[in-house]
Amino acid sequence: MAEPLSLTPLLESRQVWHGRERPAPAGGIPSGWPALDAALPQGGWPAHALSELLLPADGVGELALVLPALGRLATRERPALVVAPPYLPGVAGWSARGVDMRHVLVVRAAGSEILWAMEQGLRSAACGAVLGWPGEADDRALRRLQVAADTGRTPAFLFRDRRHAAQASPAALRIELETRPQPQWRVRKCRGGQPPAQAFALSRAGA
Amino acid sequence: MLWACIVLPHLALDTLLRRRLPDAEAPPLVLIDGPLQTRHVLDADEAARAGGIAPGQPLTTAHALLARFDAVAHDVALTARQHDLLAAWAYRYSAEVLRLPGALALEVQRSQRLFGHWPGFEKKLRDDLAAMGFRHRLALAPTPLAARALADAADGAALTEPGQLRAQLAKLPLVHAQLPDDLHEAFARMGVHRLGALLALPRAGLRRRFGAALLEHLDDLLGERPIPRPRYLPPDRFDARIAFNFDVENLAALAFPLRRLTGDLATFLAGRDGGVQRFVLSLGHRGQAPTRVVIGLLQPEREAGALFESARSRLERIVLARPVEWLRLRADELPPFVPGGRDLFDLRPEHALPLAQLQERLRARLGDDAVYRLEATPDPRPEHAQRIADDAGRAAVPTTLPRPTWLLPQPVPLRTHGLRVLAGPERIESGWWDGGDLRRDYYVLETAEGQRAWAFCPAGERPDALAGWMLHGWFA
Repeated sequence: MAEPLSLTPLLESRQVWHGRERPAPAGGIPSGWPALDAALPQGGWPAHALSELLLPADGVGELALVLPALGRLATRERPALVVAPPYLPGVAGWSARGVDMRHVLVVRAAGSEILWAMEQGLRSAACGAVLGWPGEADDRALRRLQVAADTGRTPAFLFRDRRHAAQASPAALRIELETRPQPQWRVRKCRGGQPPAQAFALSRAGA
Repeated sequence: MLWACIVLPHLALDTLLRRRLPDAEAPPLVLIDGPLQTRHVLDADEAARAGGIAPGQPLTTAHALLARFDAVAHDVALTARQHDLLAAWAYRYSAEVLRLPGALALEVQRSQRLFGHWPGFEKKLRDDLAAMGFRHRLALAPTPLAARALADAADGAALTEPGQLRAQLAKLPLVHAQLPDDLHEAFARMGVHRLGALLALPRAGLRRRFGAALLEHLDDLLGERPIPRPRYLPPDRFDARIAFNFDVENLAALAFPLRRLTGDLATFLAGRDGGVQRFVLSLGHRGQAPTRVVIGLLQPEREAGALFESARSRLERIVLARPVEWLRLRADELPPFVPGGRDLFDLRPEHALPLAQLQERLRARLGDDAVYRLEATPDPRPEHAQRIADDAGRAAVPTTLPRPTWLLPQPVPLRTHGLRVLAGPERIESGWWDGGDLRRDYYVLETAEGQRAWAFCPAGERPDALAGWMLHGWFA
């Protein structure tokens, strides 16, 4: 029987390459959720790309995931654009999660104008982030948004129904929220890395 | 002082041409003038000239030469307005602008410090004129009239040494000197064909024979007396109109004249160093009151593209019930314009748009009240706790109470099952002073689907897990 090899001398003699020391693609926006940052290859929300959140229903914690990052992205010079939200953003609730409502522009739009308004906001590079609830949107429309986010170097968050999960999407990141057996989220796709297999529990402190 | 003179030989015709819709099928255009019996051709476009029509011909000759053309009577007022607009344009390059008959003169010596030396400056002027669609000749000389004479004689000439002025002018044919009362014809009969020969004649004799006006003109030409003409001052409002020679029935066809009008407005504003915050487009109909479209902007603007886009998207929203005969743009309030500052190290991408312009674009297409901010109010009642902010909004006072991130505009009955109470009750009892009295107990509930609801019931009456809850928000 050979001696069991200890890793330490090998590592110290630098004969073993650390697979994990590969530098992660930089440029992620810290999400404020350590578990999410650790699961994503950029270490946070993709900075100049589309992130898609797939929901079983409204009000399952989708804003809780996004608002901490939004609080830092929305500034006086570059406010956040909130296009066609399904309800009124609650000023007290958003403020309690660190978003200064003076830096949030709400846009009332319907139908195809939602995608148009989002694209304008992304392309203009005048916004810190663009959030949108487009309802129905095909692959081409999403691709336009992705290109616009890239051109305007602005992060975009798209909130859609979970039944669109099967549809192909050009988004850099897709996260599906689940409520059963417990509130949790699962990375369906992330550019630049393998999506982690397990789901993560969604803690909604403050709710 | 150095004066640049811009001669506009086809001012009246160019004014008409730039208002015409681009159309390859359009017939040749001939500008006519004179009393009804003795109409003659004043100017003709290239197609008409190719057909043999030349200025000065009687209209009957023109009809004999060319079977089909548009004969448009010369509108003196329209040409004068265009002349005014060009003076407003020139005003952006110089504080001293003179309107000469069929020409403009502007003092450029002092402007060169800002706009660069003459060859580059000249190119700027020519590029602007070409973009606006005006054919022109351009020359530089120490006096406005000398520049005018030089421009007539040699397009692009530049005479910068005052000492050489007399010698250079002496070589010019007398016809370019723009003598009063067409005196060059009289001198031609006397055998005086060049300006030098005229300047050599004794002044006393000239005064006795042709009057003082001729000598004053010669002095102006040589810069031997101060320039007495009234200087141009830009007007305080902008008002321009384009009439169509046919009825326009769809909005898309208005885009071209609208681009001209907003472009002219931007030119006018740049000359005045001002901006515009509100302007009115009127669409004229035959025998009916015009349709008015008011374009209000969030802040003063003067960029041609932005003005055009705001106007066009507002125009696209109206329904055109009747054909349009003319289009008029009027701007009465011209506030000072403060250009938005951009950081030197701003690394924003190419098609970046300032925030104000983005808001403008969204408002123009989605409606004036479609883009808004929300602000908190001191009112504890959830229905009144927030409102649409008038301007930048107020900072919210942080609260430790559970408040939802989604708020329903109106509470609705919560129809679901398996509710679980997570927190509550929080009693909100207020509003006796304005009739909006309410007494409610608010709870945080979790539904069977995992949503967290903010719901209430009348104070003190906690319902069972099934029914009686009013939903007012979601903790998303």
